[in-house]
Amino acid sequence: MNMLQTVSVVLRRELILAMRRRGDVLTVLFFFVIVASLFPLGVGPDPKLLSLMGGGVVWVSALLAAMLSLGRMFASDYADGTLEQLILTPTPPVIWITGKILAHWLVSGVPLILMAPILGVQFGLTSDALLVLVISLLLGTPVLSLIGAIGAALTLGLRGGGVLVSLLVLPLYIPVLIFGAGAVDGSMSGLGAEAHLSLLGGILVLAFISTPWAVSAALRISIE
Amino acid sequence: MINGLNWYKFASPATFYTLAGRMIPWFYSLAALLCVAGLYIAFFLAPTDFQQSEAYRIIFIHVPAAWMSMFIYIVMAAWAAIGLAFNTRLSFMMASALAPTGAMLTFVSLWTGALWGKPTWGAWWVWDARLTSELILFFLYLGFMALQAAIDDPRRADRAGALIALVGVVNVPIIYFSVRWWNTLHQGASISMTKAPSMAAIMLEGMLVMALAVWMYAIAAALSRVRSIILERERNSQWVAQMMEAEA
Repeated sequence: MNMLQTVSVVLRRELILAMRRRGDVLTVLFFFVIVASLFPLGVGPDPKLLSLMGGGVVWVSALLAAMLSLGRMFASDYADGTLEQLILTPTPPVIWITGKILAHWLVSGVPLILMAPILGVQFGLTSDALLVLVISLLLGTPVLSLIGAIGAALTLGLRGGGVLVSLLVLPLYIPVLIFGAGAVDGSMSGLGAEAHLSLLGGILVLAFISTPWAVSAALRISIE
Repeated sequence: MINGLNWYKFASPATFYTLAGRMIPWFYSLAALLCVAGLYIAFFLAPTDFQQSEAYRIIFIHVPAAWMSMFIYIVMAAWAAIGLAFNTRLSFMMASALAPTGAMLTFVSLWTGALWGKPTWGAWWVWDARLTSELILFFLYLGFMALQAAIDDPRRADRAGALIALVGVVNVPIIYFSVRWWNTLHQGASISMTKAPSMAAIMLEGMLVMALAVWMYAIAAALSRVRSIILERERNSQWVAQMMEAEA
């Protein structure tokens, strides 16, 4: 099998597994909506304040939701031994890891992107800002899956792994948050979002070419 | 020369344990001497700043701590990389011995920064690029230590910690250049290699002496911590048993 075939086989498998357990996907989506809805209740319903915060709130909620779903990425394969078999195959791990991360993004990132404009409207974002929000999430959420995969791989099978992942991964998510929310802010204040979006794109490229290697190393450490 | 001085000999925890034991008192006394000298310069020789009056004197602790917090992270990541590349146990032990000191200095630099910020900026904390990235550095140290603490198998703990240390090292240049990339409240670098120093020479000297003191302290603290780690890891080995017998 060549590289693309391997990626698509892994992708199909992951998507089928996700469709068989739709609850997991929906839980993450509802978590995203609930966290974002807590902010107006916490800080008060002032429309001006909410439209200022909107981009940042949606982004922070996306970060937390993405983190919540990280445990799924390798845990069940690790528990039933599939992961060891995958590592023993002659295919370089980087390839099927890329497939797995892609699947994770499709299952947990894309629903967030589809849901985000609705939340944005509730926070009173302008239509330009909504578009920028969607673009920034399109560029940013794959990075969350890529970086998160490192944390997920390192904490495989550890007690309290879920909390540990947040400590390991959230600090590394911060640049994505800054530029993602910054893009929405820039568009709201009329400064333009291009600079922030370009930086997000740069981070995405960098993460895409480097993190699968780190994940592969992390999996080898965890499996030994 | 390099062959004559057998480096591999000191990569063995048993030899290094004795070597570290002999070096620690020297580094601690150097740290104490430099600290006394630095504080003398800081409090008695350095003049009052015309802009910030006496409040500026915190830089004699704040700047050295901030420098070392970043530098220790880089050294830690370097030890981690050496450990992953050459599979040397001692390098991993050095990395985990450095982390608590690095975290402590990061905390000191954040804390002294807050103490200085209140009279000067009028706020304990602002969400400025440098402060925020230094706070992230603190979280990176905590993450490294938490990951190592969560893994029972020392081999896996070493390697997993090393990997996360290497991944986190991208943050250090962000902190270092944050004052130049973002034009925020934190003042620019106090010292530049290319420009003449913008502060009185005696202030600069005081700061450098204090930086050296913190450096010596960090080495001494890391060495004594690595000795404890060696003892803990090698508690079932023969040389530890013999040493304990000899001491008893």
